[in-house]
Amino acid sequence: MTRLAPLALLAALAALPLGLGTDPYLLNALITTGILTIGAMSLNLLLGFTGQLSLGHVAFFGIGAYVSALASLGFEVEVGFGLRVVHEPWPAAVGLVLGTLAAGACGYLIGRLSFRVRGAYFVIVTISFAEVVRLVALNWVELTQGPLALTNIPAVTLGLPGLGYWTLKTKAQNYYLVLAVGTLCYLVIGRLVGSRFGRAMRGLKENESLAMSVGINATRTLTVAAVISAAMAGAAGGLYAHYLRIIDPDVFLFATTVTMVIMVVAGGKGTLMGPVVGGLIFGLLPVLLRPVMAPEAQWIVYGLILIAILFAMPKGIVPGLRALGARRRPASPVLEVNPAVQR
Amino acid sequence: MSELIQHLVNALILGGTYALLGIGLTLIFGIMNVVNFTHGVLYTVGAYVMYLAVAALGLNFFLAFPVAILGGLLLGAVIETVLLRPFRGSDIDTTMLVMIGAGIAMQSALLWIFGGVAKAIPSPFPETPLQIGPVSVSWLRLFVLGAALVLIGGTYALINRTRLGLAMRAAFQDADTAALMGVNTRWIDTATFAMGSSLAAAAGALLGPVYVVTPQMGGLAELKAFAIVILGGLGNVTGAAIGGFILAIAEELGAGYVSSGYRDAMGFLIIIAVLVYRPTGLFAKAERIG
Repeated sequence: MTRLAPLALLAALAALPLGLGTDPYLLNALITTGILTIGAMSLNLLLGFTGQLSLGHVAFFGIGAYVSALASLGFEVEVGFGLRVVHEPWPAAVGLVLGTLAAGACGYLIGRLSFRVRGAYFVIVTISFAEVVRLVALNWVELTQGPLALTNIPAVTLGLPGLGYWTLKTKAQNYYLVLAVGTLCYLVIGRLVGSRFGRAMRGLKENESLAMSVGINATRTLTVAAVISAAMAGAAGGLYAHYLRIIDPDVFLFATTVTMVIMVVAGGKGTLMGPVVGGLIFGLLPVLLRPVMAPEAQWIVYGLILIAILFAMPKGIVPGLRALGARRRPASPVLEVNPAVQR
Repeated sequence: MSELIQHLVNALILGGTYALLGIGLTLIFGIMNVVNFTHGVLYTVGAYVMYLAVAALGLNFFLAFPVAILGGLLLGAVIETVLLRPFRGSDIDTTMLVMIGAGIAMQSALLWIFGGVAKAIPSPFPETPLQIGPVSVSWLRLFVLGAALVLIGGTYALINRTRLGLAMRAAFQDADTAALMGVNTRWIDTATFAMGSSLAAAAGALLGPVYVVTPQMGGLAELKAFAIVILGGLGNVTGAAIGGFILAIAEELGAGYVSSGYRDAMGFLIIIAVLVYRPTGLFAKAERIG
């Protein structure tokens, strides 16, 4: 049953726009939810499987957004010593790839730097990194337009030579693009976690000294996880830029990171489905809360929900439900098997 | 030259409040192993208590300051008893997430109550600054430095000269052994968190009148406090005190000679330099309280 649940959810999500028709508000909420859920999945790779909390995840998201937008818009900047860099616009799809790579490269730098030491350092380095990137986006006006925002970012064009090209302009098209990228990320994380590398990550989380004693290179494993996680967050940011077609330094707001953290922790960190379930709940919760309360009040509620979940369901919704299901099914083994032999 | 001296004087004044912020955060980390993500909000609360007391209630400026410190102390004690005590013995990540939830809820509550418009706290000091040779300092800023130094001295005295301080140092070295020796470690946790919170609130109450008061002002203050604590070594009080002044000097000189837009990036540069060259902090040898 647990194998079928993700497939059923995917089918339901794929069919959703058909049932909803073309309600633009709901579709918009679904797209942003999907983008944030990809961010949450990437965060879960670090927080859930290696136990390292990246509190500046929004930095990778924003770098993906800015690099992708700038690559497809083109720019001209002075880099000092009278040198000027002129960049002609590239297709948006190329921008998406570049944004992903740039975010991954930043993940490498941050990982190499902060995994020299364990403890709270990674958290603090990532959160300050996000602030610095925001300052750059705000102050390097020649490149980023600063608070004036980058506008007229082109929509993504997909296609193959000979088959024709499609520019994804409508909300429904963007929805399917986000769904496709999200599914891809889910599959990549799934493969990764089940592999030798995934066992190394979890080994490090459970007992680092023991993991290292059997030959796992801790710093390298953690850094690779940070690179993949940052790249996925960058891809989400790129999708965001080309969907909204305008970005400003506010993409680096700490609140976005907190949203992703809540999605992961509520859904269940260290599970594949956790961030998806948490992402859907907390991505769509604003739709429900919007008519009832002001945005500030919503954030009070989110903060309290995060605390309440840590109190009542510290492992999150998905593991909680699984445990509930296991309890409901009494005496499941029909044959009496010696537990030592069972596995 | 006189410009440089002016920058250094400004840094000295700013450094006092930075040191307060850093000491509060490092105490809480060192003794409780909690990364306090409500530190920035407590700083903001200190500033708002000051604003309410002075501008709304018309209380004397010098009386309002201890009220703000007391407000931080009480709020810190409440946060510790309600939110952290149930999680005693949990791992550092869980308490960190609890603190993130509390921080974002409290910050949004402040935004909801006071609105996003910046508030100014009137100060009783004369407008004309004190002029010493080429350097000019406002009287308000002198008061800020003096109050910060008194509070830093008071914290040192409390840690090194009182029974509570002795118990805190014992709990820092080995909480289990301290508990066996009859130290009430629960009470030590509450006292530590309340004390760290009151120092953050004091910093907010001091810088609030210098700048303006907004619900988001604590976010940057928190990042700076993190940078200071990493600089001094996690849990090292003297390191945090010196780190506060180092960060202030770096910010002032960076803003004065490099670019004022990147003033707040200096903390990050310091963190990187520390991680590359001295990952355990500048003052790792004395990694204990006091």
